[in-house]
Order: sequence, then structure tokens, then C-alpha cells
Amino acid sequence: MATPVVVSDVAKSFTMHLRDGIKLPVVAGVSFSIRSGECAVLGGPSGAGKSSILKMLYGNYAVDAGQIIVQHEDGLIDLATASPRTVLAVRRLTIGYVSQFLRTVPRVSALDVVAEPLVERGADREVARNKARALLAQLNLPEKLWMLPPATFSGGEQQRVNIARGFITEHPILLLDEPTASLDARNRDVVIALIAAKKATGVALLGIFHDHDVREAVADRVIDVTAFAAGKIAA
Amino acid sequence: MTDEPLLRVSALSKFYGSRVGCENVTFGLWPGEVLAVVGESGSGKTTLLNCLSTRLLPSSGAASYRMRDGQFRELYRMSEAERRFLMRTDWGFVHQNPADGLRMTVSAGANVGERLMAVGDRHYGKIRATAVDWLSRVEIDEDRIDDEPRAFSGGMRQRLQIARNLVTGPRLVFMDEPTGGLDVSVQARLLDLLRGLVTDLGLAAVVVTHDLAVARLLSQRMMVMKDGRVVESGLTDRVLDDPRAPYTQLLVSSILQV
Repeated sequence: MATPVVVSDVAKSFTMHLRDGIKLPVVAGVSFSIRSGECAVLGGPSGAGKSSILKMLYGNYAVDAGQIIVQHEDGLIDLATASPRTVLAVRRLTIGYVSQFLRTVPRVSALDVVAEPLVERGADREVARNKARALLAQLNLPEKLWMLPPATFSGGEQQRVNIARGFITEHPILLLDEPTASLDARNRDVVIALIAAKKATGVALLGIFHDHDVREAVADRVIDVTAFAAGKIAA
Repeated sequence: MTDEPLLRVSALSKFYGSRVGCENVTFGLWPGEVLAVVGESGSGKTTLLNCLSTRLLPSSGAASYRMRDGQFRELYRMSEAERRFLMRTDWGFVHQNPADGLRMTVSAGANVGERLMAVGDRHYGKIRATAVDWLSRVEIDEDRIDDEPRAFSGGMRQRLQIARNLVTGPRLVFMDEPTGGLDVSVQARLLDLLRGLVTDLGLAAVVVTHDLAVARLLSQRMMVMKDGRVVESGLTDRVLDDPRAPYTQLLVSSILQV
């Protein structure tokens, strides 16, 4: 089976220049891979570095050392050293990301927020909107909200917009940062079903789920992040 | 997406006597890309913008631009007339103060139409129709077409300036603090409009701003300047979420949370 993500020996620390340059090690020696059609889950307590790993895989955090090899179009690229332009192309075509919180744009309707990633990939705007409608309906977002900008929505409503936006495309790799944190049971089940559908189409998923039931339902494998604690490995 | 940049800048420096305006700036800009240049007043970002747009000539360094025929031309080796032609047709420049980019004593329609006439349009009916179309795209009512921008609010003037710049279908737009001096609600509307136009038209843009939220919303890539030098550059969200340079960390930590 294809392995579109291979992470080897990745390290990350933060240097706080405003605090006399103290260095906060986050993770070191991070090595794992993800296969197509599986959902791997990053496990470990808060502060272990789960989100940092996810953010490095999305190019949102810089990488101090190591490689993140991703299958992109017909080749392999190393996200740890890729140019900003390459990272943007990877995000458009290869890696999708559902963040914990929705970053809202003034005046853009929920429907268009959801449709946007498809439009960026060259889809017709009406086709993209139709797919967005279907997803928002599946996630039980009341139809009267669809044409409103999500800035004033509740936490759970915003998160559903965010999930729909992340799941609308057919990225072969999908990163999920606590997508179910503020959802009720019914909508959690919808997300579990969406993840199962992605797996069935061969998407490689990597997620963080604090909710035990969701993790049980979706995880094929748990990657224990405490094994990568920066203190454990001599720098 | 083409693999060749639209604009190639290498080792650009501008000195005012012994004072540094900007020093050793190198980057490439591709079609459809928005690059934000951030930094405090005096960091050299406006000097850089003025050099790029050839409103100022640099002390050293080079910049080349891919013309519509695919050939790269050295900006600082062009004749004044060629540069002016580029400015009128293929480029736009949105000033912070709309009064600097508009003619305040002619009508809104003429402000837009003038750029079209500069590129050779002569048919009055067509020019007016295009002007009406562009006014509506920047959300100015058609019945204001014969009013002078003096009678417009700050936000409307800025939208008119944008229409005036985009009417000729430029490929590259320079913006100097496009939302500076506007009320927050007016800013939001303008940012949304700019975002939409840039995406729909596939424009490349260099946006100078001191507002990191504006940079986050408009740009994919960002350069942070201090004392005339680029201290950090990269993907906008990477620079803002994981700032590496001491000065960027200071800027990011200084944002007021609301």
C-alpha cells in the first residue's frame, strides 16, 4: 500500500528572543509514516507536541531538523526544506487541514468559506457551492446560516463549517486537529462517518482527538508522541 | 501556474546619502501571488515599494519584469517613456491616501475612464460602460458616476482608486497601506473586496502594511523588514505563527488581542 507521508528524525524547538533567547525544546527524533487508507492518531498528554507535529506537516511551523517526505503530484518533496511556493502547491493539491478554530474572513458567507478550497483547485463555483450545501446539510448546520458569515456563529457551528471546508476537497492527505472538540454526539457521529468515507477512498489521515469515543471509532493506530519528548534524546 | 516569476528582484539597495533606505533585498514574485511587506515606519518598506514600482531609482541591484510577450526586461534600464507606459497599462499603484492616486476634481467615471483612454480607448460609450461596470465591482452606485471623489467618503475614495487601477487589467499591483486611515468596518469591506478581486483576476501584488492582520488576510507570502533589511521571510502563516527572528517575535507579540 502507498505511503504518502514519511517523517524521519524531525526536531522542533522554539527560541524565545524576548525572553533572553531561552530555547524551549518541543519534540526530537520524530519518525513515523502514514499509509493511504489509514487514520493514524497522535496520542499523548497536552503539551507533548501533538499540534506542533501536525503544524510542521502543514508547513505552518518551521522544522529545525529532519525530513518530512510527502508524495506530491508525481514526485516526492521534503516539506522541511520546501520553498513557500511549493508548500502552497502542496496545500492546494495534496495536504488538507482541519484546524481547531475557524479563521473567519469578514463578509464571506459560510457557504463560500466551505466552497473556497474547491474553487482554488479550479472547480466551477456553482459545483463547489452544491457540494458545500450537501456537506453543511450532512453536518446539520441550519440552512438559514449558510449565507451568513460565520464570525457570529457558536463554537460548534463554526467547527462544522471548518470541518466541511476541510472535507470538501479530495486531498490525498488530511490532517485533523481536534475536529470534534466542540460537537454534540450526533455531529460527532457524522464526522466519524466522514472520516470512514475518506479512508475508504484511500486518503491518508493523521489526527489529534482528545475524545476517547471518537478516537476508538476512527484510529487504526496510535502514535505515542511522548516517545519523541525532546528531553529524551540527547541533542 | 507558470514556473517563471513575473518579477525578479536581486540585491536591491537604496541609500539616501549615508542613510539606508533598503538594503540587499532579493525575492521573486509569481503571477497570482500576494507578497506582504511588513515593518514599522522607517523600516524601508515604502522605499522598497517605490523602487520596485520605479517611482524611485535604486542605488544598486536589479529588478526584471516579465513583459506580456514573455521577455524579461530590466526595469532600471528602460527609458522613462517605457516605464510610464508599463505603469499605465500593466501595473497599478494604490496609494494609502486616495487623493494621491485620484484626480479629485474630475468625476468618478472620468477617473476610471482616464486610464482606459491612456491605453488607447476612444469610444465614449464603451469607456462609460466599462467605468459603470468597474464602479459596481467596487460597490459604488452607478448614480455616483458623475460625482467628484471630493464628495466621497474615505472608504469610497479608496474603492474608486482601486477601480481606476484595475480597469486596464494590470498583472501587477503595488499597494501602500491600502487600508490605512480607514474605519475598521470600512477596512473589512475593502479587504474582502481586494481579496476577491485578486483571486478572480489572478493578480500579483506587493502590499506594504504595518498591520499584520491585513497581511494575514491578503497575502500568501511575507517579508519582515527592519532598518532597511529583510529580517525574515516565508509563508505568511508560518512567519506569523512561528516567528523566528527576534524582531518578528516582537512584532507578533505586540498585536493587541480583541
